[in-house]
Amino acid sequence: MMAEAGLAFLWLAAALAMLQLVLGILGVRAGRADYVSALRHVAVLQGVLASLAFIALIAVFLASDMSVKLVASHSHSAKPWLYKLSGAWGNHEGSMLLWATILALSGAAIGLFERHISAAMKASTLAAQAGIAIGFYAFLLFSSNPFERLIPAAAEGQGLNPVLQDPGLAFHPPTLYIGYVGLSVAFSFAVGALITREVNASFARAMRPWVLGAWIFLTLGITAGSYWAYYELGWGGWWFWDPVENASLMPWLAATALLHSVTVLATRDSLRAWTVMLAVVAFSMSMLGTFLVRSGILTSVHSFAVDPTRGTFILTLLAIYIGGALALFALRISTVREGKQFELVSRESALVANNLIMSVILGLVFVGTLYPLFLQMFGKQVSVGPPYFNATTGPIVLFMAAVMAAGPLIRWRRDDGLSILKKLVVPAGLTALAAGALVAGANGIGLLPFFGIVMAVGLGAASVAPLWKRNLRRTPLFTWGMVVAHLGVAVALAGMASDSAFMKERLIAIKEGEATSVGPFSVTLARVEPVIGPNWTALEAELNVVRSGNTLTLRPQTRNFTSPMTETSEAAISTQLDGQLYVALGKPSDDGRWQLRLWWKPFVTLIWLGGIMIALGGALALIGRLRRASVAEDRKGWAV
Amino acid sequence: MVALVAMIGAVLLAMSALSEQAAYFYAPGDVKREGVPIGRAVRLGGMVQDKSIKRAADGISIRFVVEDGVSTVPVTFKGIAPDLFKEKSGVVAEGRFQSDGSFVANNLLAKHDEKYMPPELAGKMHKTGTVTK
Repeated sequence: MMAEAGLAFLWLAAALAMLQLVLGILGVRAGRADYVSALRHVAVLQGVLASLAFIALIAVFLASDMSVKLVASHSHSAKPWLYKLSGAWGNHEGSMLLWATILALSGAAIGLFERHISAAMKASTLAAQAGIAIGFYAFLLFSSNPFERLIPAAAEGQGLNPVLQDPGLAFHPPTLYIGYVGLSVAFSFAVGALITREVNASFARAMRPWVLGAWIFLTLGITAGSYWAYYELGWGGWWFWDPVENASLMPWLAATALLHSVTVLATRDSLRAWTVMLAVVAFSMSMLGTFLVRSGILTSVHSFAVDPTRGTFILTLLAIYIGGALALFALRISTVREGKQFELVSRESALVANNLIMSVILGLVFVGTLYPLFLQMFGKQVSVGPPYFNATTGPIVLFMAAVMAAGPLIRWRRDDGLSILKKLVVPAGLTALAAGALVAGANGIGLLPFFGIVMAVGLGAASVAPLWKRNLRRTPLFTWGMVVAHLGVAVALAGMASDSAFMKERLIAIKEGEATSVGPFSVTLARVEPVIGPNWTALEAELNVVRSGNTLTLRPQTRNFTSPMTETSEAAISTQLDGQLYVALGKPSDDGRWQLRLWWKPFVTLIWLGGIMIALGGALALIGRLRRASVAEDRKGWAV
Repeated sequence: MVALVAMIGAVLLAMSALSEQAAYFYAPGDVKREGVPIGRAVRLGGMVQDKSIKRAADGISIRFVVEDGVSTVPVTFKGIAPDLFKEKSGVVAEGRFQSDGSFVANNLLAKHDEKYMPPELAGKMHKTGTVTK
């Protein structure tokens, strides 16, 4: 029953999306206000129905209803309840339903809360949103029905891929999807503004919170995904330049550029066409990301979704949306008048520089990710990995850090170079100091890590510079947001550079009772014993670790899952103030020795701390902006 | 306009870096037919030959043979092999060919589960006709 109800909700939601599209178009063309107010209710109802469909899917997963094909092929009755729950979106159909549900909810949110745009623009934005939603409903209903029955019902499910049986799955995909879908709202706004010819500062102010929100979630999703891969895959790496990772990085890069250009448009009414273009690009990247992950056409260490036929469907959707948006852009761009001009030395220029750098990095990642696909058409098979991505993006990121250090210290409209340089004296001094210390203290570290640490110090100091000589209590929240986010970039950069500069690794095979060492730790393998979990058995090593008199115990495992039959390695990680000790257990050899792989990673934790700071900065800015907007509205209310 | 120039610059930079850094994929049969670029980072893919995995005395180095039905290549690897690395199973080794025709791997990718096979490998296997799934 529950599955049929879910399917019915999905059909109804799709029908309402059609109605929303038609009403939106009529509302804009006929200029009828009653249509626009009806739209609001339709959008809210669509959100409710899509949510009910998603709740129905969760219910069949929690109930382990093996007569539903999706549950039978991805779940197991003996699985812990958290993984039954997250298993609902840990597969192709479920994750697409999650996509559509978040999309419908964001449409409902526009309907309910968005009061800063004209009725016509609201109508066209909701119509564009419905247009996107229809594509996804069609995809679900015609090629990826999550509620399909299995007749006869399976006695037991096939289980979830063990790598996915992790709290990370409960958090990582939903956050990323909220980010992707948030960018679809920015896209719909851009389409709406093009249709109603309202590409101006107030459009940018209305769009900015959505971009910020999407960007916050993308940042969190990528940070969480990176940490998840780090501890789950057992390779000690935190970023693999894997196509699936790149698929989430590309929308983030575009969103970061958009976030900065929308600020210029909102504050100074410049960069009109460019901002609209970026909104289109950002959404294209999230569609492309969905396509790359869902189509399975890429070689990836975590290709969980392999189905080429479905890729065609998403690619068609991508072509329709992006092609349509670009056509609209080409038609209407001549009506978007040029915004205000600005001087070469100005905040605007610095933000344009940000946009250029982000675009260049995006271009590099894009080419590197799609090049293997391109060559595949000619029958050649290549893979593009870390050597390419590090060599090309690394130097640009360092350059970006330099621009980032100066940018926030430059005034809007016009500034003189000398006063900026004066403000940069202290950060530059600290940078030189860091460089000197590294040259003296750390020999033989690579060029990139060296400049990474040096630039992180300079950027960190320069990031807090906008707060100097200011009354901290009266500093607006969004300024704090910028400071925290930029400082977060410095912190993350320091972590990445420190990990690659100072990481110590040991690969060894020892018997029980024998000892080894890595970095400042001495490690003794006490014993290896079998242990039993809810749906797995494992070999667990007990390692006694001593660091300057303090002892701790680490227990890495190799797990054997029964459904499906899979082996995974569960690394043990000890987080210290100055880094992490990471241990993976390998295989036994015939003479009773066990393989151990140990890493001492100084300050590696800063990478994710930085990621969280970047997202926190975004959240502060978002709260600051929303509060100011509501204050402005109250004032307007008083005046009337 | 400036953005366009920057993008074109980025793409040019990317192209030149790609020609340096892209790792081509080889199956043992390709090695026999085309020869190999010695010392260049490439990927070697195929099936791990039955009873070919040998462990060295240090406990952490292994030797094994990759086959594709056409030819074979001996591989050495130092490290913890992935969980699903086993004989008569698919593998992709990242590393470099040596002048003696052997392959030194710095990373091994095994198929992720029973259902997964790296797409390149699947393509090669179908072409050479060793694996029928």
